[in-house]
Amino acid sequence: MKHVIRYVIGFVVSVALTLAAYFFVTGAYFAGSVLIAVIAVLALIQFFVQMFCFLHLDEDEQPRWKLAVFISMGVTLIIVVFGSIWIMNNLNYHMMPPGEMDAKMMEEKDKGF
Amino acid sequence: MLGQLTLEAFQKGLIEMGAQIGLVVGGLVVVGLLFYFKKWKWLWKTWITSLDPKKIGIMYLILAAFMLLRGLADVLMMRAQQAMSSGDATGILSSDHFQQVFSAHGTIMIFFVAMGVIFALFNLIVPSQIGARDVAFPFMNSVSFWLFFVGVALINLPLIVGEFSAAGWLAYPPLSGLEYSPGVGVDYWIWALQIAGIGSLLSGINFLVTIFKMRAPGMRMMKMPIFVWSVLGSVSLIIFAFPILTATLGMLSLDRLIGTHFFTSDFGGNPMMYVNLIWAWGHPEVYILILPAFGIFSEIVATFSGKRLFGYKSMVAAILAITFLSFTVWLHHFFTMGAGANVNAFFGIMTAVIAVPTGVKVFNWLFTMYRGRVRLTTPMLWFLGFVVTFTLGGVAGVLMSVPAIDFQVHNTLFLVAHFHTMIIGGVLFGFFAGLTYWFPKFAGFRLNERLGRYAFWCWLIGFLTAFVPLYALGLMGAVRRMDHYSSELGWQQLFIVAGVGVAIICLGVFFQLLQLVVSIIQRKKNMVGADPWDGRTLEWAMSTPPKEYNFAVLPTVTERDAFWEMKQKKQLPSRNYEDVHVPKNSGIGVMVGMSALAAGFGIIWHIWWLALIGFIAVLVLLIVRLTSDDTERVIPRAEVERLENMKAGAA
Amino acid sequence: MNTQEVAKVNNKYQLGFWVYLMTDCLLFGSLFATYAVLRGATYGGPTEADIFEMPFVLAETLILLTSTFVCGLGLVAAKAGKQTWTIILFGLTMLLGIAFLAMELSEFSKLIGEGFSWQRSAFLSAFFVLVGTHGAHILAGLIWVVVMLVRVTQRGLTPNNLRRLSLFALFWHFLDVIWIFIFTVVYLMGVAK
Repeated sequence: MKHVIRYVIGFVVSVALTLAAYFFVTGAYFAGSVLIAVIAVLALIQFFVQMFCFLHLDEDEQPRWKLAVFISMGVTLIIVVFGSIWIMNNLNYHMMPPGEMDAKMMEEKDKGF
Repeated sequence: MLGQLTLEAFQKGLIEMGAQIGLVVGGLVVVGLLFYFKKWKWLWKTWITSLDPKKIGIMYLILAAFMLLRGLADVLMMRAQQAMSSGDATGILSSDHFQQVFSAHGTIMIFFVAMGVIFALFNLIVPSQIGARDVAFPFMNSVSFWLFFVGVALINLPLIVGEFSAAGWLAYPPLSGLEYSPGVGVDYWIWALQIAGIGSLLSGINFLVTIFKMRAPGMRMMKMPIFVWSVLGSVSLIIFAFPILTATLGMLSLDRLIGTHFFTSDFGGNPMMYVNLIWAWGHPEVYILILPAFGIFSEIVATFSGKRLFGYKSMVAAILAITFLSFTVWLHHFFTMGAGANVNAFFGIMTAVIAVPTGVKVFNWLFTMYRGRVRLTTPMLWFLGFVVTFTLGGVAGVLMSVPAIDFQVHNTLFLVAHFHTMIIGGVLFGFFAGLTYWFPKFAGFRLNERLGRYAFWCWLIGFLTAFVPLYALGLMGAVRRMDHYSSELGWQQLFIVAGVGVAIICLGVFFQLLQLVVSIIQRKKNMVGADPWDGRTLEWAMSTPPKEYNFAVLPTVTERDAFWEMKQKKQLPSRNYEDVHVPKNSGIGVMVGMSALAAGFGIIWHIWWLALIGFIAVLVLLIVRLTSDDTERVIPRAEVERLENMKAGAA
Repeated sequence: MNTQEVAKVNNKYQLGFWVYLMTDCLLFGSLFATYAVLRGATYGGPTEADIFEMPFVLAETLILLTSTFVCGLGLVAAKAGKQTWTIILFGLTMLLGIAFLAMELSEFSKLIGEGFSWQRSAFLSAFFVLVGTHGAHILAGLIWVVVMLVRVTQRGLTPNNLRRLSLFALFWHFLDVIWIFIFTVVYLMGVAK
């Protein structure tokens, strides 16, 4: 029965977070990197809500292998995904053909670097 | 109807035709012998449909041994080519053939020899070392093996029909894209690895759950044998790294099949992303291979020094550190691809750091030997050979961790010498040590010691003779993967020396094969009981050869080195027999494999109906098996008692 | 098997399946990383703002959320031994899942019809494959739930069937978790100004 409560809470909160993120974007309530940060945070909150309410992350008997594997996965994922993005940005910048570099520098100049 | 498959695909050049005919004839001979000796039923019942990990482990070994011979044949061709091809001479291989040979060599050695050997050992040793009867998911274990078999098949089929990839063992785009590799070679490579890779991933999950959930009562994590810890590190890497390979190979195959633009040089594609992702998998892969070898040495050094392993806790910490750090160094494989200094510096530092826990392990092994009663058996010789070679290769690696130095030696023979030192000196020597060590447990007799020593010395001397010249050549600027070097460089003599080294290694292999044959012939003279080395861990508590269920009564553990404790306390095995549940045999594993083979072959040759049928067959077979409720059989108590009371060796 | 043994077996399967889900996270992670790197590589073709229809995507998202909620309720019913409710709720899960997939397929075929297939640019390749891989997982889940509906009708709520339903629910929930990130990273961040 406590599971039913969890599912209901999880569902309602997830819908609310989804709608919030949607309306922030389509209604242009924030701008630029602030907007990105807001919807990222909303996504992360919904992620953890669903992990607890739907995927029962906390309901593991000792030893907590599910939690251990989940955390290991999270750490690895962050390293691989954000590491790759960092590396590829760096490579794209350094390996850009000269013609494109001019356009890129103009773009950076307009942004005020 | 048959996609791109035509009769032309069977036509081969002279050397290739030798391999083609050899493989077909060899296959027919094996099939013929099976008919002649009427062994099909035995093969099906005892081996092919078995879900016993001990049987599955031996099947992995047989495939790995076969692939080792194939990989060595590739080596002989490459060394011959580079030794002969200088100045006006062009050697024996065309450029295209040479490129296929080195691509096949690397792919085979890493994916099918090294991975095959470690999965063999996981299956043979892990369940009994933790005092269990089986792995967590025996059917999935069988599927993993048959998917591995499919990989072996798809790597060898190019010898018969079509061609192999000429894009190296990692097939970088754009070379591996459709524009520059329009033939089926790269597709063979992709699907062999994709299918075998899924098998590896499933095995990773299987052994992780086995280690977490199926240890004998009382065996807490810090009481596990170090080999099991090293397997835990290895499978942790497998489960997080192999999905990256699956995704990357998937994207490359989509570029080739349906015209996506992930890694093309136009339409916005980025080949550098492939290099990034493939090495995000590739670096953990090499630690997947070496960690179990470290584990084997831990068992062997402790046993043959008559002492418990020095620094158990720091060994565990080192394994965990290496496991984590494996995911933080991958860019060192492409320092020269053009990233800026801060990126290169970060990964260079992490690469230097990962050498530290390895050093801790080497010191712990040496401290274990200190003041022990050391027996210099063949396994210990392999260990000492490992210390020498792995240290040499390791410092070469630390040298290359400095990006500025790496810029000088990247993709030279210095790099080639480094990684071969790691894999041969580390993984292969470790495996040979383990093979000699554990062989008597399963066979009931020891391998011939003298021939074992001859093999070891040939391997060690041969290895050094083959690869020290390559370190020198690399420092002098010799680029890798070249089928011809200018005679003005004056390098030909060093290549000849390297060729001689390989010949000595082949002599070592010959001694190993001879050792196996002689040992079998002389087995009655060399019979041993269940504990030939005065071992410390639970696998030695099983009978020899082991029963299907390993232990009639699952042991209760109180200390590390559980078997040693039992011997010290003079504990007799319990006779409280009960009914034992074991998995029923199942033919679904091999059928899934054959369906996957059909699907893979169909995709490679664009025979779409075959691909579809194969894929659907896999799905249907899995649904049937996974919704089945009748998968176990019972060995009744009386039968267990009867088996336990039989004389050793009579089972 | 007694209840203790059943629990032990279930535990093993739960952990094993959980570990598989963790590996799937890395698979999707690789595709997300690729999407992040290639999302700007439009090669003169359409950008995110040109092709994403946000109300449609919101509807898809809410449908999938409802589907995962109903699935959870279905599992509660199954554990309580209520066979009819189990079939109804998992059947509803399936229908909502089919609706989701149908919407996604219509989005894809519209784009292809306009000439904006995966062949047009690296951005579109990354989009189709990331979202498409999620869709393929949904399809696998739909096949699974159909088989389960058949098995539960045939054999009732046996311990084995309960275990399989429980694992299916894990899978289905996991797919909604992945969708949170697709919705946010691909669609929302794609049109955010």
